[in-house]
Amino acid sequence: MTITYLEAIREAQEKALRDDERVYIYGQDIGTLGGAFKATKNLAKEFPGRVLDAPISEDAMVGSAIGAAIEGMRPIIEMQFADFSMVAINQIVNQAATLYWRTQVACPITIRLPSGGNPGSGPFHSQCLESLYSHFPGLVVMTPATVEDAYTMLLEAVEIDDPVIFCEHKYLYNRLKCEVLPETGLPCDTARIARFGRDVTIVAYSAMVHEALAAADQLHKEDIEVEVVDLRCVKPFDLKTVLSSVARTARLLCVGESWPWGGVNSEVIASVVTHGFHLLDAPPQRINSKDTPVPFHPSLWGVHKPSSQVIAAAVRRLCDW
Amino acid sequence: MLDTLKQPKRGVVSPVSREQYVDAFNWMLLARTVEEKLASLWRAGKISGGVYLGKGQEAISAALGIMLKSGDIFGPLIRDQAGRLAFGESLIDVFRVHFGSRTSLSRGRDGNVHRGNPRGGYHAMISHLGSLISVVAGALVARRFQGDTTAIGATTIGDGGTSTGAFHEAINMAAVEKLPLVVVVVNNQYAYSTPNSRQFACSDLVERATGYGVEGHSLDGTDLQECLEVLGQATQRARSGHGPQMVVGDCLRLTGHGEHDDASYMDKTLSQTRLGRDCLKIAENYLQERHWADHVLLEDWRKNAKEQVENAVADAQHEPLADPAMETWCPYATKRIASAVLVR
Repeated sequence: MTITYLEAIREAQEKALRDDERVYIYGQDIGTLGGAFKATKNLAKEFPGRVLDAPISEDAMVGSAIGAAIEGMRPIIEMQFADFSMVAINQIVNQAATLYWRTQVACPITIRLPSGGNPGSGPFHSQCLESLYSHFPGLVVMTPATVEDAYTMLLEAVEIDDPVIFCEHKYLYNRLKCEVLPETGLPCDTARIARFGRDVTIVAYSAMVHEALAAADQLHKEDIEVEVVDLRCVKPFDLKTVLSSVARTARLLCVGESWPWGGVNSEVIASVVTHGFHLLDAPPQRINSKDTPVPFHPSLWGVHKPSSQVIAAAVRRLCDW
Repeated sequence: MLDTLKQPKRGVVSPVSREQYVDAFNWMLLARTVEEKLASLWRAGKISGGVYLGKGQEAISAALGIMLKSGDIFGPLIRDQAGRLAFGESLIDVFRVHFGSRTSLSRGRDGNVHRGNPRGGYHAMISHLGSLISVVAGALVARRFQGDTTAIGATTIGDGGTSTGAFHEAINMAAVEKLPLVVVVVNNQYAYSTPNSRQFACSDLVERATGYGVEGHSLDGTDLQECLEVLGQATQRARSGHGPQMVVGDCLRLTGHGEHDDASYMDKTLSQTRLGRDCLKIAENYLQERHWADHVLLEDWRKNAKEQVENAVADAQHEPLADPAMETWCPYATKRIASAVLVR
């Protein structure tokens, strides 16, 4: 039996609901329909009264989760698309993210953001917002790249006492599969070496890990050995693992699907330059999506986001530097 | 038919007792005394940032505060000193937060009206108006999950705050969930400098209750008697399973938006109308008319309030202030995450 990335998210929520009576799920169309992507399929039936359809009110959804968390609950909020979380940004960054700092009362809420594009999704159903949310103090921003991580990290998100922005990638929903879900995983603040290599370090997360791995396969045929670091969590991120890898390869390329300005890539590169300048033999590079809204047509969209071909070309340039 | 459904009959209101009136009056008096002191400390340069007062709104706020019971949830806004005290805020905490004392729950990280004790059901507002309503609603959702069938939640908002999307989303959601939530809209005629005429186009904000499918109530915010009656009824309706209640109280802000604001933009004729009456003075007169208090007793209460306030200020002034060297500079509650961040 195989389990997809999407099913792993459903399984994690089922386990959380089963194991912890403080957990409930609130979001649009998540009850009878089971969610726009079926991430809560049958959960409303299995857990009556704990998987609740919300009105189209993202602000109130998150606000109410904060109030419930203060009273000891562990709410999971499903945003129908990551893009719509922007309607709730005030509650997320000003209310939830500041609560512990202001009052010493924790805010254990999990906000699931179905992120990234699929062909034909267009500007408002395709966004990757991890860089934006990482900007704000007090949020934990998770970006799982594997079925196993989607499962264990979502369970960890529910356990964590801080607000978690859980960026699950829609492109991976049905494309990734595993045989058995693990019982435990690495803690979220620990990066994973997805592939070992001696020549160049690629730091990536979420769907871009798979583009980086595809590029690494191609480059291997050209005798370039790429090391791929999967950040798993972008705020906070595991600088130690990144620096250790750069210490081995002396070359760094960061790949992320969010927009370039003030993003995860920039932060990783700034941190490596600050703490590991002496390790570098070449200027660190980055690849983001293009600095435009996400285009609708598949031919444009395929070029808008980083691809394995663009990544491979950047690695070749880095090696030639 | 709709009117009968949405406007509960006044006939069921229980009469306000002397005890209740006196209780509310004393919270009003204490709040006024606190705020006069805050204004004077601000003018003397003893308070950083702003000072925002609730002069003219004490009757609504105190009446709401005393209708809440231990275990209820309260999300006050900026002009709710009276309600905060009535709900149980200790006097010293008012000054601790204004001074930025290290011993306050906010430890100098946030100031003035941004204070509370959320685990005690007393929420700490952020500046983004309307955003606390859904938080209080969510606390009630939690209580429902936990099997608490007695608690209610109450929160206040101004006339300006009713224009926010957050206000609309939260009341609609609370109505869908049939939560025991009381939303008190205090229409003090101005949102900072913006008059009602530039804020909304309906003739009375209470009309919105019908649109949300919640019960609506109106009251004269200058009249403590009426505040107690109507808020008593609204909280009772919420407590007995009738879902969200929207109470609209009219009054006039008898002060600037904050102490930095001379309110020169306000229509001076408003202060000559019924709205411009000082609710504290009206309440004093009422107490004397009913022979519930005489001059001597009123003077005793004033003296007592002043003493309490002076003692709280003196105590708070002796406490250590926020200190960068003592600050954790970490916004995370989860130990593992905090150490991952601090290792940099």
